[in-house]
Amino acid sequence: MNHHAHHPHGGCGDACCLRVSDLSVRLGTDQILEHVSLHMHCGEMVALIGPNGAGKSTLIKSILGQQTYEGTITFSTPEHPSQRLRIGYVPQSPAFDRADPVTVQDLFVSCVSRRPAFLPVPRALREKILACLKNVRGEGLIDKRIGTLSGGELQRVLLALALEPMPNLLILDEPLSGVDVEGMALLMEMLSDIRHTFDLSILMITHDFTMLAQYVDQVVLLDKTVLRSGTPADVLDSDEFLQAFHLGGGQA
Amino acid sequence: MSIWYALFNWLPFDWVTLNFMKNALLAVCVMAPLFGILSTSIVTGRMSFFSDALGHSAFTGIAIGVLCGLAAPIWAAVALSIAFAVLFTWVRAKTQQAADTVIGVFSSTAVALGIFIATLGGGSFTKFNSFLIGDILSVTPAEIGLLALVLAAVVVLWILFSSRILLTTIHPQLASSRGISIRRSELLFTCVIAVVVTLAISWVGLLVINSLLVLPAAAARNVAKNMRQYVLFSVLAALVCSIAGLFVSYEIGCSTGATISLLLAIWFALSSLLRSRVQ
Repeated sequence: MNHHAHHPHGGCGDACCLRVSDLSVRLGTDQILEHVSLHMHCGEMVALIGPNGAGKSTLIKSILGQQTYEGTITFSTPEHPSQRLRIGYVPQSPAFDRADPVTVQDLFVSCVSRRPAFLPVPRALREKILACLKNVRGEGLIDKRIGTLSGGELQRVLLALALEPMPNLLILDEPLSGVDVEGMALLMEMLSDIRHTFDLSILMITHDFTMLAQYVDQVVLLDKTVLRSGTPADVLDSDEFLQAFHLGGGQA
Repeated sequence: MSIWYALFNWLPFDWVTLNFMKNALLAVCVMAPLFGILSTSIVTGRMSFFSDALGHSAFTGIAIGVLCGLAAPIWAAVALSIAFAVLFTWVRAKTQQAADTVIGVFSSTAVALGIFIATLGGGSFTKFNSFLIGDILSVTPAEIGLLALVLAAVVVLWILFSSRILLTTIHPQLASSRGISIRRSELLFTCVIAVVVTLAISWVGLLVINSLLVLPAAAARNVAKNMRQYVLFSVLAALVCSIAGLFVSYEIGCSTGATISLLLAIWFALSSLLRSRVQ
């Protein structure tokens, strides 16, 4: 959050950063996003908020490269001015079938190696999976079936998965939905630790504003375009925020 | 084949003198693992209705093959099934309609077209009956060789692609964020099912083939705790029920395909009862 202090001219200098400039997305005749610009540094946690249908998921898809767009998305580090961005992605409330006989280990094997999940797992790979799960205090979940995990446990497993290989940018799509209050605090603490330990940026869509002031550096209020961005206090007190969520008919 | 034939001569059953029974035994031993493996992905990917529709399109392909006077209508059926699988995957990606609606449209159209062609010019439908019921006892050594090749190909593809297919079926978004081409995995998978279903149809029968593609994994899900057990139980169930079904149908004189399906259904019912104990 205080990265800017080192760069009074607004440039990134020796810090790494992600810059979205003038991004627009049109689906058929619908303009989903218009002239969206945002800028985040490594180690920063940014919350993307906005009413339903504001284009939050579309923006994330664009950054993930799953959506065609106009404009530019650039990532740079001091060593590599236009380095390829490695993104870890935690998808939105995944609906796994409770009856699927897929364990956390099976899911990891399918994601981090090309080995078929039905073959015996070598000890080294299992150790690696346990190490990944340790990042999210989830070693005990390795042999559980994914359909039986609680909302919070599932988010932690998906988070561990998104951190392997270690990304520069971590994107989470509503990580707090379906997670109880205790689980939310645990998850936010964990995200805070992770970004400091691994110096990565976190961009998360959320509808839960209670956590913002405590954990987040920057809030971006989006409704087709960026209505306002800044510190949590600045955005949550703004007229734009009140309009988007109260007068605009959206749901908080 | 002569080694295989000689293998059972010491057994005290009267079928050991019948080469067609030994052919059939070998054929089910090759086909069962094929169905057991594919079954796991079909069930996890919620594609059981789709594999059923593929069987129907295979029938249309056979009818077209017969109409054109082809010596081996089965290859026309294979070609049509692949075309169907590709077209279906494409339409499903493009349309706003629910997947089961799309499958329903394709499936019923395929059957209607098949019957239309088969009965064109007042032709009798009787010659197509064998495709509906299937006849495993008619399998020839050359056809078993073909099935073995298909099994080998499926096993290789399976080892290369099963993790991608698993991820695509349980969470498409997660799969694509990890650089997996969902469309390509789906297409490959549907084409493999299309080929296997079509080749097996004349021995297993259009009307029961889908039970072999759904029941082994459906039952395995009830008792498996992880992917390894899931695939293992599915293949074992397919193998045991196929071999048992062959002999039971021989002893009491009825359709082999139907007997295998019934045994699998009984195993499914038992596994459902076991489920509460396992989980």
